[in-house]
Amino acid sequence: MLILECPYCGVLADETELTPGGEAHLKRFGPGSSDEAFHGYLFERENPRGVHFERWRHSYGCGKWFHAARATDTLEVFGTYSAQVFDPPEEIRKKITAKRPGWTWKDLS
Amino acid sequence: MSTRLSTFGRLIDRSVQVKFTFNGTWMRGHPGDTLASALLANDQMLVGRSFKYHRPRGIVASGAEEPNALVNLGKGPTFEPNQRATTTELYDGMTATSQNHWPSLDFDIGAINTHLSRVLPAGFYYKMFMYPRAFWKHVYEPFIRQSAGLGQAPKDRDADTYEHFYAFTDVLVIGGGIAGLQAAKSAAETGARVLLIEQTAHWGGRAMVDAQDAETVNGAPVDKYVDEITAQLSQMPNVTLRTRCMGAGIYDHGYVLAYERLRDHAPETPGPRHRLWRVRAGRVITATGAIERPLSFAGNDLPGVMLASALRDYVVNYGVSAGDRTVIATNNDDAYLTAILLKKAGLEVPRILDARPQGGGALMAEAQALGLRVDTGRAIAKVKGGRRVSKVQICAQAGEGGVLDEVACDAVAMSGGWSPVVHLWSHCGGKLLWDEGHAMFRPDVDNPPRSHDGAGFVACAGMANGAMTLDAVLHDAHDAGQAAAEATGHSPKRSKAPAATSCTAAPLAPVWLMPQGAKQELRAKTWLDFQNDVKVTDVQLAAQEGFESVEHTKRYTTLGMATDQGKLSNINGLAILSDALGQPIPATGTTTFRPPYTPISMGAIGGEARGDVFQPIRRTPMHDWHAANGAQSEPVGHWRRPYAYVRQGEDAHDAVMREVTNTRTHLGILDASTLGKLIVKGSDAGRFLDMLYTNVMSSLKPGRCRYGLMCSENGFLSDDGVVARIDEDTWLCHTTSGGADRIHGVMEEWLQTEWWDWKVYVANVTEQYAQIAVVGPNARKVLEKLGGMDVSAGTLSFMGWADGTIGGFDCRVYRISFSGELSYEIAVRASEGQAFWDALMAAGQAFGVMPYGTEALHIMRAEKGFIMIGDETDGTVIPQDLGLDWAISKKKEDYLGKRAQQRSHMIDPNRWKLVGLETIDGSVLPDGAYAVAPGMNANGQRNMIGRVTSTYHSPTLNKGIAMGLVHNGPGRRGEILEFPGTDGTNYKARIVSPVFYDPEGEKQNV
Repeated sequence: MLILECPYCGVLADETELTPGGEAHLKRFGPGSSDEAFHGYLFERENPRGVHFERWRHSYGCGKWFHAARATDTLEVFGTYSAQVFDPPEEIRKKITAKRPGWTWKDLS
Repeated sequence: MSTRLSTFGRLIDRSVQVKFTFNGTWMRGHPGDTLASALLANDQMLVGRSFKYHRPRGIVASGAEEPNALVNLGKGPTFEPNQRATTTELYDGMTATSQNHWPSLDFDIGAINTHLSRVLPAGFYYKMFMYPRAFWKHVYEPFIRQSAGLGQAPKDRDADTYEHFYAFTDVLVIGGGIAGLQAAKSAAETGARVLLIEQTAHWGGRAMVDAQDAETVNGAPVDKYVDEITAQLSQMPNVTLRTRCMGAGIYDHGYVLAYERLRDHAPETPGPRHRLWRVRAGRVITATGAIERPLSFAGNDLPGVMLASALRDYVVNYGVSAGDRTVIATNNDDAYLTAILLKKAGLEVPRILDARPQGGGALMAEAQALGLRVDTGRAIAKVKGGRRVSKVQICAQAGEGGVLDEVACDAVAMSGGWSPVVHLWSHCGGKLLWDEGHAMFRPDVDNPPRSHDGAGFVACAGMANGAMTLDAVLHDAHDAGQAAAEATGHSPKRSKAPAATSCTAAPLAPVWLMPQGAKQELRAKTWLDFQNDVKVTDVQLAAQEGFESVEHTKRYTTLGMATDQGKLSNINGLAILSDALGQPIPATGTTTFRPPYTPISMGAIGGEARGDVFQPIRRTPMHDWHAANGAQSEPVGHWRRPYAYVRQGEDAHDAVMREVTNTRTHLGILDASTLGKLIVKGSDAGRFLDMLYTNVMSSLKPGRCRYGLMCSENGFLSDDGVVARIDEDTWLCHTTSGGADRIHGVMEEWLQTEWWDWKVYVANVTEQYAQIAVVGPNARKVLEKLGGMDVSAGTLSFMGWADGTIGGFDCRVYRISFSGELSYEIAVRASEGQAFWDALMAAGQAFGVMPYGTEALHIMRAEKGFIMIGDETDGTVIPQDLGLDWAISKKKEDYLGKRAQQRSHMIDPNRWKLVGLETIDGSVLPDGAYAVAPGMNANGQRNMIGRVTSTYHSPTLNKGIAMGLVHNGPGRRGEILEFPGTDGTNYKARIVSPVFYDPEGEKQNV
């Protein structure tokens, strides 16, 4: 059972306090988008063995959505951060690079 | 025979006798016995039948690894199957029965399978039951259902109670042998909080049995050191000790489940039976020891063939000998401990067969000095016997099994080396290394299970870590304890591991098959997995048939499955598989170790969450009134809503019919408090609701209401309800009763993660209000009688709302209708809900008021053709399927689900669409029934063209009415469809308009 720190209220929350929300940093495609772009938005998800960015909600706490950067293979957590950004913060990316040189995720590295 | 000795037995109290029954026969034992030791003391070696061939099976081991001695314990409400006799502490009055036999343990008809074993090879079931197809349902499955499974499922409700316990600790040490005790002490001395758990009732583990006279710790005998260190730990305030508490599983980030058996050994004691510990540990040390491996020789499954270490346990701990004449077979020095002990206990050891050409070290010399005969380079060709070992045939280990000699005996002690218990280490991703010298997998300390910070959070200590001498075990445990404490922020003092003297052993020789070149006929009688009847030939066949992955071989042969999960069989099995594949053992690898370590009770997993406290129930302010007035309730989300108010002399159906009719003709009131009520407020609230709902909410005027639909991003209808605009920047959204929290979550998700710059707040005020629907032709009259605000059609028109007072209650009145009648939904403060309900009931007497429940609500909405989320929708239905195009904005550029509703499948004209259905004979269509068309589909099933989504008897129309989704439905008005029922009846219904009652909507708009 994972422990993640909620970046809003600072609580080290057990997984039972949290709700997983799948892949982070999705770009929404609406009316006017191509079938391919919309299909990608709706159905295609990363499934890496390694560095991953996810959405979580502190459902049984402050109720806030946030992002987590973690490794799916070792369960190491590189950090949690606001859900209200388009990309992972520089500080988190540096931290990942220090531990996992050469990591990539979608078009990030 | 097996019997109680007059000496040894350090764990039993010989001064007290305990009586128990096995298969109905009374037997005697002593406090401190396990069921297994007591059975052996009563010469009951035969304890069960094997799974597939029903071969006689005896006790093999003395601990958690036991594959055979599984029994049914208790009766009625305390009955439990598959209990291991070796870990079941005996108590007075215990009733145990053996499993998997018919008609009796001694004579079992299924044992004929053993003679059929040549035609029941690995994968037999998969191969046999494919053809002919029809046989599966009518012949094979009934037969398998009857014969499959070990033990029986309990029939009665469990009479015991269980609990969960939450614990936080710096260091958790699993295993209370000498390694665990030392690790706990070394950690605790730094001041770290330590929790030490041990699965048995006793501290010290194998060291208490196996320590030799020459071995000492700090100059003292090993058992003295164990007593001393246990006493020290029990005095330390930062240490918690628990026996009968097993580490069941290790999970992410230091989460551990432990399983404490509080009174399995003393069932009369009050309190919970099991306690599930939910532990968060900074660091975990698994000092779980090692398990001895069996040897693979023909007939190794006969009762009387046991692990050498188990024979020692029975003698030393319980004063029980498993046999009078024991032949020893080994590939390492440990088995000599058994030989020496048996000799000292006055028992015969006619032969020690050491597969190593050079034999063993100091212990062999000691055995020989006692006059025991050791044959080196020798092996067991075959064990002979029926329900018990009678003799052993001896051959050369290097040969094919040519018999050189025969020795009569009634027990065989086998030792194939030791496997560290790495299960817990592996549960959360710890990797293993193959240790060539000891022929075992041990933890790869460079690849531990990792915690949130990337550091390993589990360490193994002692034999579990591959330390094989007393001195190495204590050093390893001391280091592990100190390192764990340091990792949790405690500074270790400069203390040293205790000084121990150890005896050295001659190296083990890996022996995976005995003899090395055993012929087919021997291999076909050489068991790897005793519980699941897997033999050497089965694994070889699996490899030959291409099941090269160890995980595939496991599933094909059932090697290592079921309750013991291959604690004895796995390493031997994968060695045979590796040999068959011509690759080294580490290239084959192990199957995945999964929690729990041994089975834990379902009761412990459930804990207190059963019966009334299984799930909290939400109650409206009028909940108790409903219960006191005949309401039969039904679950709706976490609520319990009145289904109908049943009067004396009525059944539920009568009550529902009466409630519908009375509401349509006079006056009904409904507790609608469960409806979700979400306040959406802010300068961007209108824009936000336009994205959430398919229609336009921003154009709604304050004081007005509008019915709205919500879809998910993939276009499917997910919720509906009436939205009221309260003021310029405030809306109140009604959701379905079960959907309030979910929809609140959806709103928060979009606001927080997509449109976070929009100025909108959402508050869930569902429980702040009691809401009552006042429905029927007399609705206005009762409100006017109570008096207060003007509820006339002129002032408060259909789909309007107003604040005011009625009968002195502050209220908000919505003129909305889910029944088609004149209807007011009135919200008052939750605290005043019951009083307002009482006022309506009192004032309504003159107008024929009756409360109505959810079923009447459903019928009235169906008569009107209103859809219900969860009936007409199922996660694959879009609003367009339900003829709700009028509620979908054509003008809006975007709303959730709009893009998805443009996908090719969504605009396919062949989608099933909503229709009304009316049976020809007035009967009620079965819910969920399918409409069939001529012909068959590709799977040989009838072609289906529609299905029933809601179906009721309408008292208003006095006939069966239904709604359904039908292929090209609206275009087939008037057509008669066939609905074959599961009762054999062929129902016929005509496609009609889904609006059965008052299609012009005149009644609700008066």
